[in-house]
Amino acid sequence: MFNRRFVLAATAAAMMAATPAAAQVEIQWWHAMTGVNNDVVNKLAQDFNATQTEYRVVPVYKGSYPDTMNAGIAAFRAGNAPHILQVFEVGTATMMAARGAIKPVFQLMAEANEPFDPKAYLPAVAGYYSTSRGEMLSFPFNSSSAVMWYNKDAFRRAGLNPDVPPKTWPEVFEAAKKLRAAGFDKCGFSSAWITWLNLEQFSLWHNVPLASRANGIDGFDTELRFNSALHVRHLQNLIELQRDNTFSYSGRTNTGEGRFTSGECPIFLTSSGFYGNVKANAKFDWANAPMPYYPDAAGAPQNSTLGGASLWVMGGKPAAEYRGVAKFFAFLSQTDRQARLHTDSGYLPITLAAYEQVKASGFYRENPYLETPILQLNNKPPTENSRGLRLGNMVQMRDVWAEEIEAALAGQKSAQAALDAAVSRGNTMLRQFERTVSR
Amino acid sequence: MEKRVVFDGKILPYALLMPQLLITIIFFYWPAAQAVWQSFLIQDAFGLSTEFVWLENYAVLFANPDYYRSMLTTLVFSTLVTVFSLSLSLLLAVQADKQIKGASGYKTFLMWPYAVAPAIAGVLWLFMFQPSLGLVAQAIRALGFDWNPQLNANHAMALVVMAATWKQISYNFLFFLAGLQSIPKSVIEAAAIDGARPVRRFWTVIFPLLSPTTFFLLVVNIVYVFFDTFGIIDSVTGGGPAQGTTTLVYKVFSDGRLGGDLGGSAAQSVVLMVLVIGLTAIQFRYIERKVQY
Repeated sequence: MFNRRFVLAATAAAMMAATPAAAQVEIQWWHAMTGVNNDVVNKLAQDFNATQTEYRVVPVYKGSYPDTMNAGIAAFRAGNAPHILQVFEVGTATMMAARGAIKPVFQLMAEANEPFDPKAYLPAVAGYYSTSRGEMLSFPFNSSSAVMWYNKDAFRRAGLNPDVPPKTWPEVFEAAKKLRAAGFDKCGFSSAWITWLNLEQFSLWHNVPLASRANGIDGFDTELRFNSALHVRHLQNLIELQRDNTFSYSGRTNTGEGRFTSGECPIFLTSSGFYGNVKANAKFDWANAPMPYYPDAAGAPQNSTLGGASLWVMGGKPAAEYRGVAKFFAFLSQTDRQARLHTDSGYLPITLAAYEQVKASGFYRENPYLETPILQLNNKPPTENSRGLRLGNMVQMRDVWAEEIEAALAGQKSAQAALDAAVSRGNTMLRQFERTVSR
Repeated sequence: MEKRVVFDGKILPYALLMPQLLITIIFFYWPAAQAVWQSFLIQDAFGLSTEFVWLENYAVLFANPDYYRSMLTTLVFSTLVTVFSLSLSLLLAVQADKQIKGASGYKTFLMWPYAVAPAIAGVLWLFMFQPSLGLVAQAIRALGFDWNPQLNANHAMALVVMAATWKQISYNFLFFLAGLQSIPKSVIEAAAIDGARPVRRFWTVIFPLLSPTTFFLLVVNIVYVFFDTFGIIDSVTGGGPAQGTTTLVYKVFSDGRLGGDLGGSAAQSVVLMVLVIGLTAIQFRYIERKVQY
């Protein structure tokens, strides 16, 4: 008897104690940030939680980008999706197509009466996450672009001028040959993210279509176009140059980036987000420069596109919780915070105001390498071919494209045959995607 | 007066069987039925729109040349891993069964790899054989051999076969060792007295008496290569290069989880399920006849 009464009393006491916490609306934020950037995420949530008492943002690390996205999708199917899901740029089309599963950010902010102006963002950033009518569907968070990193010490050793990096692809090939002759015989130059660099960024940078319908932005009835003469020529060059390791393949993702910091590959194309890693690990004098281009391609260089991720708000939550999410986004948009996010993490400043503020502070004079990707993104006003890209099934499609490039590099297929196959296999996947979303 | 315990009623036996039945139904039959049902549907990743398409997923699957390629890859991969892991572990077990110094330490070390998760095993091998970082890879390249699993499908296949074999050897070793120890010494001694030398004794006496164990391991190993090697392939090659190591189970993952094509992926897993059931049935029907219990 006593026992039961005691348990009841204890339970009641525990419930009362828990009440104040329960009154706080909890907002789940699933993300894929590791290392320094994980600390940045946690710090943001802590700072927000400290500014008010009504809402509590709880960041949860869910693994790699694809893992996080799949976890969000699985949770949605099971009826307990998080409020905020960080989705990488290639998942954008999938999220946009899932109209019933998401809460568009422009709508969320309007309903909560929070200030939100898509024009505050860099055009390349806003365009990437907006519909063709200019409605922003997700909240840009961490953005990067692709740049060319190079080893200045190696350049000196090969008799190249370390302060004048090669601008065009033919110049890169020449430099790589000299570097190879100077002892870098395993790798003259290389590239991480083989498809992102050599198909996606390559197309936008040269103002040639990656796919029809403005690379898929204007509709899901898009068809791939990257088997053009220019694309084939580039792949053909890579095939020929890898025979003597002037070019050396580094895989589909960024796992090969260590080849730059270890000094093995003196020229390496990858994300601008590589900055922190280079700064911490490269034991040589380094720099970065814009991506190279073919000088005879009309209009090149055009402008590059984004990598990174944005925050999606999942659908079907009560209005009170959405108000909290909107408050949190308003908090994230503050210029000081954006500027610090940029300088802390090395990701791009995504609002114009933050960029201007950082620029005025003189930060880029000491850190010119953080400005390269921004200059690239803003190089020219975007064209139909360079607004961005939005293709369904992109996660797996990148693998399919990479498979064909690998087959070409391994000598199983010609450059033309490989790109033709990549286009036709990709188109099959696009049609399947179109079919599942068009109803 | 006769005293006998009689359980009348039909409920009790079922009640006693219930826990096991429930586990089987919830964890085996229900997911399998779900996979079959899903294979008739075309659905977007979020499950927002669903269309019942009868056998279209299967038709698409069997019209896809990549699928046959993946079958061939699986055949090569599973044959290599099964043959290597069974023969190497048998060799090791026979050696460990002898009177040697430090036999127990030797046995313990051989069992360790079994405690390693497949993904970790994959990463360990990757570190040794990664072309620019791996110690072994650097040694191979220093010898003038152009080791490059990132582009050469045969090199990549060799790498995953090594990792998968290494991982499975401990398990096979344990069973072989137990099998060897249960063979009566008198039979072997009788053969020895008849003048049979060790090699002959092994092939004519020990190996046939070991056949139940070998058969059991054959079934277990094939199931292992078909399903459990996924973690190794994912961490070592990601199915590449150019689909060179995309086995059937990896393709299920890549189409379903990376591609969001749940219907097609479910159709593949149903085919895979039928294949493994068929393979196991054949083994029991034909190979088991040759087994001497």
